[in-house]
Amino acid sequence: MKQRLLIVEPSEVIVEGLKSILEGQVRFKVLDPELDPDRYMERIVANRPDIVLINPTLVDHVAKLRDENPVALVALVYQYVERETLKNFDAVVDIRDSRAVIIETLAQASPGESESGKSNYELTKRETAVLVQLAQGKTNKEIADALNVSVHTVISHRKNITRKTGIKSVAGLTVYAMLNNLIDEISLL
Amino acid sequence: MKSRLFSSDSRLSDLITAHPSLLTLLTRLGISLGFGDRSIADVCEESGVDTSFFLLICNVYTFNNYIPSTATILGTDMTGLVPYLEKSHRYYVDKRLPHIERHLDAIAQQLGGRIGKVFISFFQEYKQEVETHFLHEEREVFPHIAALMSGKRDTSYKIGEFLHNHSDIEGKLDDLLNIVFKYLPPQVDDDNVLDVVYDILRLSEDLKKHTFIEEKIMVPLVQHLETKLGIKG
Repeated sequence: MKQRLLIVEPSEVIVEGLKSILEGQVRFKVLDPELDPDRYMERIVANRPDIVLINPTLVDHVAKLRDENPVALVALVYQYVERETLKNFDAVVDIRDSRAVIIETLAQASPGESESGKSNYELTKRETAVLVQLAQGKTNKEIADALNVSVHTVISHRKNITRKTGIKSVAGLTVYAMLNNLIDEISLL
Repeated sequence: MKSRLFSSDSRLSDLITAHPSLLTLLTRLGISLGFGDRSIADVCEESGVDTSFFLLICNVYTFNNYIPSTATILGTDMTGLVPYLEKSHRYYVDKRLPHIERHLDAIAQQLGGRIGKVFISFFQEYKQEVETHFLHEEREVFPHIAALMSGKRDTSYKIGEFLHNHSDIEGKLDDLLNIVFKYLPPQVDDDNVLDVVYDILRLSEDLKKHTFIEEKIMVPLVQHLETKLGIKG
């Protein structure tokens, strides 16, 4: 299975360079790169990449991002970045690395097939949080406000929840949430 | 394709043996069991059912990619269509849904407490939606068709609204199916679950065909009648 790779990088020169190195590779499927640093969270939720190659200075909350999305995070470095910051990443690609080293680094960082297969159908923490709010009768807007994300992100989460569970209606998802003990009985009124 | 469709010379029993699920259609089409070894044409004639209409419905139910042409629809006696659709509604509401509900009730008992209540009320709400959906068709759409068929220029309803408002009544059934066979806790007896899974699958298939008949046969027919009577969409 090809690893889905999302590049988040505002510099088109760097993005195009990375694309030309990676596009002939059978191991990766390069998704449309995200040039807008403010939109990377939405893209991760919507496109479910296996690997995210991102400039570490763009990531505000690595722990939060990891909690919610089962991805390998690879730092894309072209300036000095503190060692402390890089600790939170699965691997580091320096743009001065050779073609072979870049490909090898990304391949090593990518999650194994069994692991990604498993996480594919389990709800992430964030999806569970959205589900609980849905079951309590909240609207997309209310959920977005409560979880501090955009409505667009909430909709992407909902799509993923439905894809994983096979359940479309809010009423059906409420039953699912109760059967899985995700909401206590009192909170549902 | 055409050669695979049924013809009126075939024995009705051969048709049923080859496609047992068609058995549930017979009563709705006005044919009682006990038809012996008579041909489809003979049984239809005795029961006062138009043979080509009978075959049209059977073909739609059996062959998933069969979409009857407008010529086929207009060349078929459709007086039986609305009575058939009404009988189907009653079959779903009076027979199939209560049957499923009995199984789900038993499962809800085993779940117990608030979870049991939420579980069964999910189905009850669905049942209510289906009944409302059918009632709308019986009150608004079917009388319009009957009027058009008798040559009246009835403008109380226009079929253009139909597709626009025709809501999906199978979706929640699929949700229910997923819940029932994937997510019920082990304290729930498997026998009940298996029974209800088959019932839900059958009903879901049947409802899909029912929707198909309404959208691909009833709608083109009514559009034609409206145009013929000079009613503008």
